[in-house]
Amino acid sequence: MTAVPARPADSFREVLDASDISRALTRIAHEIVERNKGCDHLVLLGIPSRGVPLARRIAAKLSEIDNSHVPVGSIDITMYRDDLRLKPARALAHTEVPPEGIDGRVVILVDDVLFSGRTIRAAMDAVSDLGRPQAIQLATLVDRGHRELPIRADYVGKNLPTAQSEAVHVKLTEIDEQDSVVLGVDAQ
Amino acid sequence: MNTHMKAHLLSTTDLDREAALQILDTAEELARVSDMPIKKMPTLRGRTVVNLFFEDSTRTRISFEAAAKRLSADVINFSAKGSSVSKGESLKDTALTLAAMGADAVVIRHSMSGAPHRLAHADWMDAHVINAGDGTHEHPTQALLDAFTLRQHLGDHITASAEGSTGLDGLHVAIVGDVLHSRVARSNVHLLNTLGAKVTVVAPPTLMPLHTDNWPCEGSYSLDEVLPNVDAVMMLRVQHERMDGGFFPSAREYSQRYGLTVQRAATMPDHAIVMHPGPMNRGLEIESRVADSPRSVIVDQVRNGVSVRMAVLYLLLGGSESALGDGAA
Amino acid sequence: MSAIVLKNVRPLGGANVDVLIDNGVIAAIGEDLPVDQAHIVDGKGAVLLPGFVDLHTHLREPGREDAETVETGTAAAARGGFTAVFAMANSTPVADSAAVVEQVWRLGREIGLCDVHPVGAVSVGLRGEQLAELGTMADSAARVRVFSDDGHCVSDALLMRRALEYVKAFDGVIAQHAQEPALTAGADMNEGEVSSQLGLRGWPRVAEESIIARDIMLAEYVDSRLHLCHVSTAGSVELVRQAKARGVKVTAEVTPHHLSLTDELARTYDPAFKVNPPLRTSADVEAVRAGLADGTLDVVGTDHAPHADQDKDCEWGCASFGMLGLQTALSVVVDAMVSTGALDWAGVADRMSIRPAQIGQLTDQGRPIEVGEPANLVLVDPAATWVVDPEELGSKSHNSPFAGHTLPAQVVLTLLRGKMTYSLQEKVAR
Repeated sequence: MTAVPARPADSFREVLDASDISRALTRIAHEIVERNKGCDHLVLLGIPSRGVPLARRIAAKLSEIDNSHVPVGSIDITMYRDDLRLKPARALAHTEVPPEGIDGRVVILVDDVLFSGRTIRAAMDAVSDLGRPQAIQLATLVDRGHRELPIRADYVGKNLPTAQSEAVHVKLTEIDEQDSVVLGVDAQ
Repeated sequence: MNTHMKAHLLSTTDLDREAALQILDTAEELARVSDMPIKKMPTLRGRTVVNLFFEDSTRTRISFEAAAKRLSADVINFSAKGSSVSKGESLKDTALTLAAMGADAVVIRHSMSGAPHRLAHADWMDAHVINAGDGTHEHPTQALLDAFTLRQHLGDHITASAEGSTGLDGLHVAIVGDVLHSRVARSNVHLLNTLGAKVTVVAPPTLMPLHTDNWPCEGSYSLDEVLPNVDAVMMLRVQHERMDGGFFPSAREYSQRYGLTVQRAATMPDHAIVMHPGPMNRGLEIESRVADSPRSVIVDQVRNGVSVRMAVLYLLLGGSESALGDGAA
Repeated sequence: MSAIVLKNVRPLGGANVDVLIDNGVIAAIGEDLPVDQAHIVDGKGAVLLPGFVDLHTHLREPGREDAETVETGTAAAARGGFTAVFAMANSTPVADSAAVVEQVWRLGREIGLCDVHPVGAVSVGLRGEQLAELGTMADSAARVRVFSDDGHCVSDALLMRRALEYVKAFDGVIAQHAQEPALTAGADMNEGEVSSQLGLRGWPRVAEESIIARDIMLAEYVDSRLHLCHVSTAGSVELVRQAKARGVKVTAEVTPHHLSLTDELARTYDPAFKVNPPLRTSADVEAVRAGLADGTLDVVGTDHAPHADQDKDCEWGCASFGMLGLQTALSVVVDAMVSTGALDWAGVADRMSIRPAQIGQLTDQGRPIEVGEPANLVLVDPAATWVVDPEELGSKSHNSPFAGHTLPAQVVLTLLRGKMTYSLQEKVAR
């Protein structure tokens, strides 16, 4: 691998700020209601780590829009990854299926960035081990392209053209103490 | 996040606190698998786990087998009982056979202390080795499932620690019985101490190991003195051969002095739990009604065994080889 | 046989001299000896010692020729600087009759690398029940004087008393393997902190010391000679020290491995470190070193115990007890005793040659380096170091606990009655 010259962290530029993120999630919530003709039978499953707070935020917006309670859970996909053997064994994140379950419901997977699609492939396998949903849909805050599998998102906050070498980092107050999406090249 | 486990699990002395907690935390997540409609994950697809049992232990073997299968590993059961000491195949030749068959991990139970250590370090094969009980040495996955069970049941009595994960800080656990010959005791003394618990081993003097200055525990000859101060008591199985070995005068006297009777159990604090690695000698080291009482978490120990062994298999085999500690090469 | 001149050698580490060897004896000692028609060996200041005598060797022949033969064992002995070894009786068949001891003795003579003196069994079949024909073995061509059930303890007090008494008729000595059997049933290693952690069955020191105490009292009572094999504990050393102070006719031996290794090595579960008596603690190592230094322990005996690969390449519990010793003995003694200042070269000669020859009643071994004495000699380069490679040793087996160790002092030349049995530089013709 050729050496990548180190760049200071501030070479990342912000592509979404807090209000952009909020607006994007509001729009996603509206599209979810529209597409599913309401919120009945929906379940939001966030993919750890940042998909989980995003799922909670979307659920909160759904309850504002539709005045209904949408169950939220999380689904860890570590054990379903296809690149497990390429990296050290990772600690597992939390999987929490809401008490309502997923059978016969529309599961909306929520992730922060959609890139190769491999995470979503793993998530669909994980979901099918949990039960049999009526349908699976996908919501993502950022779609940065470069898909390696025939997967597309149903709800996208922001389509972000990127180079393969670039990195997209989503920061959320629940984890990172600020809301922001930045684009740049990781220092090696 | 990197795993802290080494390429083999031979002894609980190999586990530092961080590694031990990682196994328990991973096991906690994996425990949910048994609640899923499909109790299986694709994680170890294409990996081969060999259960190499030189000693009968159906319980331990099926627990490892269930764990490996829930992670989609191919499982080969190799029952080699009696073939090592007698004129059968040597451990070395067995190892060469397993290597040729492409075993990725070998779970070994052996009547001789140190056999897993030899399998791991003698240059016979390069699979990961998991000690499923060796002689009178160690039984690390039993200790891990015991720690898991203690954490599960005694959460309210554990002192919170600064790290994100809960240990066993502040707990007092008594391990009672044939400590001298117990691999369960050896593994637990070290692991429970690593996780912050205070351990007292209780045994008649003939079954108390000598020269234990380096053991991180206290010792007592009196069960009655220890019981009122424990959060958990772990009763060890009395092996039948010990009864004929002159270690104590009779089974009756043993159970009178060291058996956990209903009367004795009543002297424990209300919250204290009763554990046993199984299989139990009801009426000898533990009275039947105590084993079946609400204090008893013996069935939970068995259930937790599968989750803990899944965690160990995942952390040893789930990632890339290069990430697995210094023993991997 | 052509004469040999050893140029620039230092007898017992003293001043540089030349030593002329002719007709199997030391013919002259002096400076600038004439070298006409003599084979010249330039010692370059190496130390000249009397050839070593090992009271405790297992040659495995007859019975386990896959592990060692008289030929390979004596080759290892010659390379280790030994000119005489006592072959223990636990062969198959057991050396409990004149026929077996004479066979072993003859094999040694025919091969000619090192004198082989068979040790006779104390009891028939080493079973500890009935005295073997000690007198017949003593009267045989092998002239047996040392008797031992080594590998087994003569645990029956009455049998031990009778043996001690009986050998007085021909000035024999009973070499006891002190191991109380009931206290060591199934034992695998030293009983202590390490065994309790490793879950290996302990071999308590009291099992050695209780037999030593008993046998000292028996020897004192019947006024006979007792030799104690492989003393391994601080308590044993103290028992021998007290007995000698009382004038009991007791002698004792320590192995190179008990002078240098501890039970911590069992943590590897590598059977290379499994031996009987077991490796003890560092306090015991200190005690046996002190005992050897002050003469309480009379001799270094190797307890050279070859084992076929398959008997060591296995689980600890399945493995045989024992270690190779002949070829590493001198270097280990130098490392443990000479480098530390506990013994000088004269001391090495005393403990590895003179005293063992006396105990074994050999008249032509362990002699002073003087004109007219038999040329049983070893030349040692004290400055050299070497790395132990089990594949390169003279023994047929490979079970050295010192594999990979870098050891000080190297045997350069061994002479048996003036004939080269080993030379580091030259190929030795047989």
